[in-house]
Amino acid sequence: MLNRIGQALKGAALMDFVGAFGLGMKYMVAPKKTVQYPHERGPQSPRFRGEHALRRYPNGEERCIACKLCEAICPAQAITIEAEPRADGSRRTTRYDIDMVKCIYCGPCQEACPVDAIVEGPNTEFAVETREELYYDKARLLDNGDRWEREIAKNLELDAPYR
Amino acid sequence: MNFWETPVGWTILTVAHILAVTVVLLLTIAFIIYGDRKIFAGVQARKGPNVVGPFGLLQSFADLGKFLIKELVIPAGADKAVYLLAPLISVTLALGAWAVMPIAPGWMVSDINVGILYLFAVSSMGVYGIIMGGWASNSKYPFLGSLRSAAQMVSYEVSIGFVIITVILIAGSMNLTTITDAQAGWFINWNMFGGSKEGTLNNLPLILIMFPMGVIFFISGLAETNRPPFDLPEAESELVAGYAVEYGSTPYMLFYLAETANIVLMSGLMAVLFLGGWHAPWPEGYLASWPAWLASLHGLVFYAGKTFFVFFMNAMVRSIVPRYRYDQLMRLGWKVFLPTSLVAVFAVSGWLVYTGLPG
Repeated sequence: MLNRIGQALKGAALMDFVGAFGLGMKYMVAPKKTVQYPHERGPQSPRFRGEHALRRYPNGEERCIACKLCEAICPAQAITIEAEPRADGSRRTTRYDIDMVKCIYCGPCQEACPVDAIVEGPNTEFAVETREELYYDKARLLDNGDRWEREIAKNLELDAPYR
Repeated sequence: MNFWETPVGWTILTVAHILAVTVVLLLTIAFIIYGDRKIFAGVQARKGPNVVGPFGLLQSFADLGKFLIKELVIPAGADKAVYLLAPLISVTLALGAWAVMPIAPGWMVSDINVGILYLFAVSSMGVYGIIMGGWASNSKYPFLGSLRSAAQMVSYEVSIGFVIITVILIAGSMNLTTITDAQAGWFINWNMFGGSKEGTLNNLPLILIMFPMGVIFFISGLAETNRPPFDLPEAESELVAGYAVEYGSTPYMLFYLAETANIVLMSGLMAVLFLGGWHAPWPEGYLASWPAWLASLHGLVFYAGKTFFVFFMNAMVRSIVPRYRYDQLMRLGWKVFLPTSLVAVFAVSGWLVYTGLPG
């Protein structure tokens, strides 16, 4: 009974509002948490799994040896690979397609790759206007690799001690 | 005979006066909406609108442009005439109420004797816009929202009415100018603190009644304008947007405008009825030697300052208090505010009869 009277008095004195008002004012003068996205960005882990890329060796030779481990492990079956020996006898892909619509960005493809050829880079901004543009082919993936090589290499190096 | 006293001159003068009040009011509403969003964002440790113009000050005008160029979609099952009339009624009433608002000494469109009755009548009719909008949409959520709104506004008008009666009793008048002038002197002479006459403290014990009455008026004002924590008519988590679900484009903007105009009106009314209106919180003997327009400007500054203060509290309540359940809302209105304000009316009347009626 006394408890309820006390509660009613507290309510009548707007104690909850006064407390919340103080808290609200505290947050109003506190530093803002807003990240102004296109101009500012939040931190990103080196393990971040974004847009795919096919990497090359420093001498320009593509890393992929067409072992098809990534194609085998892909749970969404988004990767399609066709391969045959090149003129110099080395085993290379003739087709390396990733259906970015099927892809779930889970990461086993880069885990499976024995030569670090297929990796998921840090890029998240590859929105396009049609579905067809998301069917990546080998040229597109290699181009991605060239464009993002610096960031990808740095991320791989940062993550290497934990692999 | 002075030209401004002929019928033609009087009409021109009044129209100019109305235009001036409306334009300034609309501009104020634009920045009030911006301020509201900034306060809401500030409490949530966000930055709020800051892209359009310096510090985002022009955000409301960008929104206006967006609303105006959007396509108006009228639902197939809607009653077209009522559907389009509803926002117009809302916004007309919300703006019309400002006709009697005592903004500064001599600066009001019409200084009628029953100003407070007029305000009360006009703000009560605001519910028609919402009911018509909800009904004409011919859809479930708007209808539920408008029913809630009707019940809520009727419930809280009762307690607002009784609170206003206590103020009328103390001031001894329904004229808003007289009510304001009765609160001249130190801030302790404001109705919120008992409303003693200037230079005396004859009503000081009434502070025990009038301060809670002021708070009740403020909270009822929140409910009356469908402001959180009483925004059940448009409860977005249950009714999507309540009576405004089927609205878009300019009609939606008119509803929004009416709502904000009503919020500013309630803040202004709170300032007039309880916080001394245009009077400074100290004796204003020095104003006698000032030119009339400067004294009016002096009054405007204090009126606007008080209105913005009440609005700031309003925005803080919106930011920090969670929404009431509908039965809690009804319980608060009928079981707490109504008996309290009823007892207050009796107590204030008794005190005034005991100490001598004003006027």
